[in-house]
Amino acid sequence: MLTGEWMLEHATPRFDGLVEASSGADAPGSGPVRTVGFDATGLGAWDSSLLIFLLQGEAWCEARGIAFDATGLPEQIVHLLALARAVPERVVTVAEPGISRVAKLGHAALSAWQASLAAATFTGAVADSFGRLLLRRVRLRWRDFWVVVQSNSSGALPIVTLIALLVGVIIAFLGVVVLRRFGAGYYVSYLVGYGMLREMGALMTGIILAGRTGAGFAAELGSMKITEEIDAFRTLGVSPIDHLVLPRMLGLFVMMPLLTIYADFVGIVGGMVVAVTLLDLSPTQFVGGLLTAVTLSDGLLGIAKSVVFGLIIGLAGCMKGMQTGSDAGAVGRSATSAVVMGITLIIVANTVADWLAALLQI
Amino acid sequence: MTNASRVERGTGEAPPIEVRDLTMMYDSLVVMQSLSFQVGRGEVFVIMGGSGSGKSTLLKHLIGLKRPAQGVILFEGEDFGAADTTTQKRALRRMGVLYQNGALWSGLTLAENVALPLEEFTSLDAVAIGEVVALKLALVGLRGFESFYPAAISGGMRKRAALARAIALDPDVLFFDEPSSGLDPISASRLDDLILELRASFGTTIVVVSHDLASIFRIADRALFLDIEEKTMTALGSPAQLRDNPPSDEVHRFLTRSSKGLP
Repeated sequence: MLTGEWMLEHATPRFDGLVEASSGADAPGSGPVRTVGFDATGLGAWDSSLLIFLLQGEAWCEARGIAFDATGLPEQIVHLLALARAVPERVVTVAEPGISRVAKLGHAALSAWQASLAAATFTGAVADSFGRLLLRRVRLRWRDFWVVVQSNSSGALPIVTLIALLVGVIIAFLGVVVLRRFGAGYYVSYLVGYGMLREMGALMTGIILAGRTGAGFAAELGSMKITEEIDAFRTLGVSPIDHLVLPRMLGLFVMMPLLTIYADFVGIVGGMVVAVTLLDLSPTQFVGGLLTAVTLSDGLLGIAKSVVFGLIIGLAGCMKGMQTGSDAGAVGRSATSAVVMGITLIIVANTVADWLAALLQI
Repeated sequence: MTNASRVERGTGEAPPIEVRDLTMMYDSLVVMQSLSFQVGRGEVFVIMGGSGSGKSTLLKHLIGLKRPAQGVILFEGEDFGAADTTTQKRALRRMGVLYQNGALWSGLTLAENVALPLEEFTSLDAVAIGEVVALKLALVGLRGFESFYPAAISGGMRKRAALARAIALDPDVLFFDEPSSGLDPISASRLDDLILELRASFGTTIVVVSHDLASIFRIADRALFLDIEEKTMTALGSPAQLRDNPPSDEVHRFLTRSSKGLP
């Protein structure tokens, strides 16, 4: 017998629990149950909770070979039960996810290989496009180029200034602490000069731009992929790399070294402030020390690195953007992986460059 | 007459599009197989089918964005996929595509969007290009919107602007991906009018992917039905004919917009 209100807000009984509770109360000798029927005359308001209860009952009856008699239920409920039981129009088969660990390893290796192949192909396509630009067979979209130049000049200056200044300060502190112990405080200027020019200027600018511009490229091109703007270039027989990737790459290619020179300068100023404040050094002594120690090749090494970093950021950002999938989260994933890939490759490239510089005694 | 010059002028006997025994795959999954059909010159040909039946995928194959897993697609009698880049470019120049959401280049104004194909493929000077752009935008009812960016206009206007870009180079074949999707009935029927006018004025061959019945009955000379269960085409003919003599239950249900099968 169904009575009272059946609403989702309140806890409703489970069918099997109800049966277990009542089985003890069977009158002796009443025999096994053959049919479950309902009396709904006392039923109040009801919603999906009653349907769920009835579906549980139906499944319970089916499992035990007992007839489920719905005739006592209101017509709407009978109709809804029939709808809920209906077979779906089309059964969608989902690919079997249960694969062995060895197979997973194989899949991972294959996708890593595919990714490297895609990266090589993309780099080749960009190089090819650049070659055609040199042969004047590609018309560069100057507007995109200038947008990149602008966003990486006035747009990036505040953050580059702050980070480079602080990095200069950190190197100087390190120098003050370590070198003063040996009475060699004067040589702080050497450390700041070498540190900023050879390593930190290019590295920090690269990391900032990978997070700023690399992610921006990936998100921008990723959205264009989703709105089919990139396909629209392809079906016109126009290379999207010529139109979209090349101006962005060139913009970074120009701006990375300039920003690095700026970061070097700001970092050295930061280091000088610390040295002058904490040690008995005058700015002239600091600069004098710097100029005796540091050579042009130190500065050029940093600038050469920054050009490579610029190419890495541009390639990673544009490639991830062009490879964006078609769902809503795809653009976010592309931007994230552009940053991760950019920073990782920058640090790897920096290590390789330092190693080469050590070998060549630069 | 050589084959090349015939292809150049697009007036040869070969149908503009011919598909032979095409199989389309998505990763390792067969989407559709054994597709064979021809699109006649100046015809409005509709590819119809339920959601997920591979209509848009077929369109992507026809415009060269995807390669057939099996079979060939001939554009003006030439195997498009196997051709060299120059031939492919020449073929692409003669196609126009209207994407589902327009796919206008968001960084360019409407005029620049329409001008880009002209700059890429013609040697016209800036003044002449400006005249062509003004004409094309006027044809789709967007005179005076030259300097607007795509984000600043409505969805219907965006589609019409994209149509202006698609017809910039006076293509022989125009492809439409779900032209009425996302449009109100009036804008959708205005786009249908434009499609019919383009065919009447320029003799353009038009291939439309659609599941909008009103539009299908209005514009299609012939329609192809992709059956998702059978994984192949199950009907090809004029929509009215297919509705009156449906070759299968699924075609009947689709064309009569009914969830019940044949009586």
